[in-house]
Amino acid sequence: MGSTNSTLLKIPNVEVLMQETGFSPAHIIRLHDRFKALDKEGRGHLCPHDFGAIKELAMNPIGDRIIGAFFSPGKETVDFHTFVKILAHFRPVDKDRPKEPNSPEPINSRSNKLKFAFQLYDQDKDGKISRDELLQVLRAMLGMQVTDEQLESIADRTIQEADLDRDDTISFEEFRKACKHKRFTMFRFCIRPGERKLMLTLCHWSSELQDQHEL
Amino acid sequence: MRGLSLLLFITVASDATTDLYVTAASLPPELGVSAAPAVTSPVASRYVPEEYGHPGIALARSAEEPAAPSTEDGESSHQHGGGGYRIVQWEWSYVQTPYIIASWLLVASVAKILFHFSQRFTTAVPESCMLILLGLVLGAVVLIASKKQPYQLDPGLFFLFLLPTIVGDAGYFMPARLFFDNLGAILLYAVVGTLWNAFCTGFCLYGVKMAGVIDEKVNAGLMDFLLFGALISAVDPVAVLAVFEEVHVNETLFIIVFGESLVNDAVTVVLYKVYISFVEVGPGNVHTADYFKGIASFLIVSIGGTLVGLIFAVILAFVTRFTKKVRIIEPLFVFLLVYLAYLTAELFSLSAILSMTFCGIGCKKYVEANISQKSRTTVKYTMKTLASIAETIIFIFLGISAVDKSKWAWDTGLVVSTLIFILVFRAMGVVGQTWFLNWFRLVPLDKIDQVVMSYGGLRGAVAFALVVLLDKEQVKAKDYFVATTIVVVFFTVMFQGLTIKPLVKWLKVPRSTNRKPTINEEIHERAFDHILTAVEDIAGLNGYHHWRDKWEQFDKNYLSKLLLRKSVYHKSELWEAYQKINIRDAISVIDQVKVLIYSEDTNTVNTHPEQWAAIYAAARENGSGVCLDLQVIDTVPGAKIEEELETHHVLAGNLYKPRRRYQSHYSRHFMTVGEKERQDREVFQRNMRNRLESFKSTRYKRHKKDRSQKKAIAQNCSKTHLCITFVARKAPETPKERPKSGEI
Repeated sequence: MGSTNSTLLKIPNVEVLMQETGFSPAHIIRLHDRFKALDKEGRGHLCPHDFGAIKELAMNPIGDRIIGAFFSPGKETVDFHTFVKILAHFRPVDKDRPKEPNSPEPINSRSNKLKFAFQLYDQDKDGKISRDELLQVLRAMLGMQVTDEQLESIADRTIQEADLDRDDTISFEEFRKACKHKRFTMFRFCIRPGERKLMLTLCHWSSELQDQHEL
Repeated sequence: MRGLSLLLFITVASDATTDLYVTAASLPPELGVSAAPAVTSPVASRYVPEEYGHPGIALARSAEEPAAPSTEDGESSHQHGGGGYRIVQWEWSYVQTPYIIASWLLVASVAKILFHFSQRFTTAVPESCMLILLGLVLGAVVLIASKKQPYQLDPGLFFLFLLPTIVGDAGYFMPARLFFDNLGAILLYAVVGTLWNAFCTGFCLYGVKMAGVIDEKVNAGLMDFLLFGALISAVDPVAVLAVFEEVHVNETLFIIVFGESLVNDAVTVVLYKVYISFVEVGPGNVHTADYFKGIASFLIVSIGGTLVGLIFAVILAFVTRFTKKVRIIEPLFVFLLVYLAYLTAELFSLSAILSMTFCGIGCKKYVEANISQKSRTTVKYTMKTLASIAETIIFIFLGISAVDKSKWAWDTGLVVSTLIFILVFRAMGVVGQTWFLNWFRLVPLDKIDQVVMSYGGLRGAVAFALVVLLDKEQVKAKDYFVATTIVVVFFTVMFQGLTIKPLVKWLKVPRSTNRKPTINEEIHERAFDHILTAVEDIAGLNGYHHWRDKWEQFDKNYLSKLLLRKSVYHKSELWEAYQKINIRDAISVIDQVKVLIYSEDTNTVNTHPEQWAAIYAAARENGSGVCLDLQVIDTVPGAKIEEELETHHVLAGNLYKPRRRYQSHYSRHFMTVGEKERQDREVFQRNMRNRLESFKSTRYKRHKKDRSQKKAIAQNCSKTHLCITFVARKAPETPKERPKSGEI
């Protein structure tokens, strides 16, 4: 238990973080290590080009948008808290969470996941996906051989399908309704507790973490 | 064991008997591998009288000594000539062997063409089933025609020629990254799973024998049953590939089962050898030390085989470094060395399959970077062609061999109990191991995956070849075992092969809605997939980054320098530098230098895949993406709106696929047309362009930086042919680079 606590102590406000995000201490430590690995210059925060250094992201059609989602508007850096909070969106939905009417919705609720995705489309943050924004996303996700006319017709059809109040944009509510039926894999993504143990033994982590029991 | 088979059939050829399976007892035990060349001369001298009924022997023999028969043939046809000059002669004996081989291949290929005429048939029936049926028919025909069965699946032919082709193809096209990501699972299933299957089956069969379900005629003891269990329990790569190709499974599942089928070869070989020796020695004389020797032998066989493969991979990569002037024979090097890897492992009785697999995996990156584009295509196509042919021949021969009654003996009890046991134990093994494995896995293997894995554990030609190799004298119940193996192979390949697709569909139905997805759902689902992939990458959850980074370091500093051609290596260096350096800094450092990524005209880029290939060889490991989603996309009949259908069509065809869903599936029948590369290239270009634009706008904010970085880039540029075109605007001290716009 000893050194784990010390690693945790180095992270400021870690209890608040754990409570807000629902990550276990083991997960937090893991993410902290990843954060440090990404932050090659050891500044304590990440810049866009740190994300840019992740090679696989360059192969992702909407990779840059996702990187952008980590940075709150106006800010040029991401600190550890923000990093963890955003990743917390992708924890599996806690099915047996007691429904307390007054507590804020957990970060990893289905609604918040959808909101995250919505933000990727809605770049100007006006709460609606305009036709232009949709066009941009489609252009990014579709291959080069799709002509502009085809693109526009797809965008038109998409809006037509989802737009219920006929304002030619997709609001968050309409977006949510459009995605109601699908069970997306995004909601099954999880960090399994056992994975940590294996990662530990293989990934050259400090040995004192080994005797921490599973949570 | 397989070396022995080589001697077996050479001896057989020298014995003018119709029974192709002379027991090893007739072979003096001192005969080692060195006897092989000595045996060839008796073959030549004791010339087998030409008979239509011996093409099987001739088949085997011709593969060994093409020269020998021709001289004999020359003599005998000389005798036929007699007096007078014949204008046209019947030279059957001269062309006999190659003619027969070619005819068989032709028959098989034509059958394939005919098979593909019917679209419905093709989707329902896996090709392997069709081939076996064809084999049965052909075998029946030949049997009726000549009253005896001259053709059999000859183990020597199988292990020396047919299996290496298939394994070579599999190893070369194996998605390496996926393989190593799932290596733990693969090893677990291959080793523990096979051992579990082997022992349980063996013991239970023995128990069943004791209980009297199996007939007394089956004269087998515990050791015999353990031996049989060992050879029947191994999942077969040929069969797995053949069937899984039809069923689109997700890549993880595919690689686990496929990897398992390759790696368990080591286990099978060891168990087989160990039990053979136990059987020979007699069960009473087995000492405890022998069990330990068995375990040690397993380690040696597997690790040794892998090492042999890796050594040959290094040799191959090194050789291709210097083949610039001899482009035409580049593919030859690849084939020769990969094949030699197999044979060398066989020579030392190590695991040949492992050797070849690791040779393919190891050499691929460097070889693809070093050889020309045309050679690459040649290698790919030839491997696929050969593997396809080999697979066809194997399945046909399986069918044919089944028809010859003289080689097997039927016992219902044995057959039925074997079938039950292998299914049951496979299922139990899979469930147990998956439960254990899911503790460690990021994306757990769910119930459907487990069902597919247990159902997809097919036995195939390897088991058959091994059982046929058994020594009749030592293993008295051989004929019963042969019959059982035939039934097992047929059952797994045909019945399981035919039913796996409907089974999976049936299982999937509750999970996915039958509703056709709306356009919104399609788009958003794909976007979510991309998001998920990106988050995995950011959070570093995809694989063992530490080891991979270390490996890439090692590779960059030592291996690539040694094995990659100089020009390729420098290109990759520059690209690495470009990527690593903060683009913003790169621009500001080189001050007035504008970095142009030559990307505007996709057509031009398409004609220079070499350069891109080199870049990608450096930029990322290129494992060819495998397989798909389990959801079989059926076209909903009677869609109302044409336009909607077209939209879906456009989306389905053109939406970029996230990493786990690459459409290019591993297949022996199709070439993966570099779709992944195309997608990666397009996306990469776009992203880089966007980044460049966004950084350019803020360029003037961060002006001067490290002078040393500037020097490094400038030096690299002058040294190599460029990946990136640099256009110098002013600043006299910056070397003016001629924009090489044709290259990228």
